[in-house]
Amino acid sequence: MLEHVELFFKSIFIDNMVFATFLGMCSYLAVSKKVSTAVGLGAAVIFVLAVTVPLNWYLDQYILRDGALGTWLGPEYADYDLSFLSFILFIATIATMVQLVEIVVEKFSPSLYNSLGIFLPLIAVNCAILGGSLFMQSRDIQSAGLALNYGISSGIGWFLAILAIAAIREKIRYSNVPAPLRGLGITFIITGLMAIGFMSFGGMLTGGDEEEETTPVSEVTPIEEITKEASEELVLTTNEKE
Amino acid sequence: MGLLSKKDQKLIFDPLADDNPITIQVLGICSALAITAQLKASIVMAISVLFVLGIGNVVISLMRNIIPSKIRIIVQLVVVATLVIIVDQVLKAYAYTLSKELSVFVGLIITNCIIMGRFEAFALGNGPWRSFLDGIGNALGYGVILIIVGFFRELLGSGTLLGFKVLGDPIEKTGLYSIGYENNGFMLLSPMALIVVGLIIWVQRSRNKALIEEN
Repeated sequence: MLEHVELFFKSIFIDNMVFATFLGMCSYLAVSKKVSTAVGLGAAVIFVLAVTVPLNWYLDQYILRDGALGTWLGPEYADYDLSFLSFILFIATIATMVQLVEIVVEKFSPSLYNSLGIFLPLIAVNCAILGGSLFMQSRDIQSAGLALNYGISSGIGWFLAILAIAAIREKIRYSNVPAPLRGLGITFIITGLMAIGFMSFGGMLTGGDEEEETTPVSEVTPIEEITKEASEELVLTTNEKE
Repeated sequence: MGLLSKKDQKLIFDPLADDNPITIQVLGICSALAITAQLKASIVMAISVLFVLGIGNVVISLMRNIIPSKIRIIVQLVVVATLVIIVDQVLKAYAYTLSKELSVFVGLIITNCIIMGRFEAFALGNGPWRSFLDGIGNALGYGVILIIVGFFRELLGSGTLLGFKVLGDPIEKTGLYSIGYENNGFMLLSPMALIVVGLIIWVQRSRNKALIEEN
């Protein structure tokens, strides 16, 4: 349970997709002129991430990993390492899922489709979606539940970021920005400042416990070793001098 | 430049400045920012994109008449993904530490908006040779910004260029460090990439007033 909470806050604030890893910047910059459209795209991103990350987790676990085929196809397949195929399989899953989600949503909830509809095709090529799956793979997420959690929470992080920048951009229209910076330039700089702000969350999880646990152990042993080595060296050098 | 007609030259040189993919078309920013803390990584990224975009544009342009328009996004994604897998495997074989540094960002070339954007906007409607030039031009425009950002971040952040200590040794206090210069470690953190790109946009648009946005 604790690891779920930890992962949840970590993916929203510390490893925020926009501010820490710059994923999904293209649509973040292009669709953040109005709050209402930003909310639509943000919701669509949360939704698609929540679907694709667990799916790709299963793909990774049972097909792509080194020796993954051996666990269910029999030991003669245990030597295969298909991880080089992960890019193409992940993007195929994402593209099909986006298409499928679009069809299902259109059928069952026309009002949601009207608000999300135009953004769904955009999402297939949003770096945040593929990035979510690739980070899930490289960070070695342990269970399908955690993968679902990771998808939802990093989606929420992205949602927060685009909501914030859209609100700021709506306000900044009335300010006197230097002409060459207007539009794109100032958006970049504001995003940079927001990213600096988000860096302050960095100490949230690593603050107390870890240091207490690790520092005494790592401090004590080297000092002993150093003193031992030093005394040995001293002995050696004195011996050499003699 | 007898090899290229005037129109073809435009295809290559426009994206370098006035139609730059990053600062004007706002494409491909995702990967541009994350890997620019070092010049070397930026150069490798620029070359990888050059390869993928150049070849990909030609392939899509050759297939443009047989791709059904409904499934063209998936076809494009498959073409890019194949090329990116080649890049990834080559990097893993010949530059393993660098490929570890770039981590997922090599894979993210697939969803780099420049690539899909140029496929949609150019390669689907033009012949292979012109598409190739367009791909090279846009990849170069992308690379130029990447290299500028990487140059400043590495120079100011760690005082090195491509790993060479150009400003002197910070520990032995030689070169600039002897008069009290300090590295600005802040330049190595991710937010500074955004601000550096913002400043590049500022410089570019104050030199060319036609590019200024309304608001």
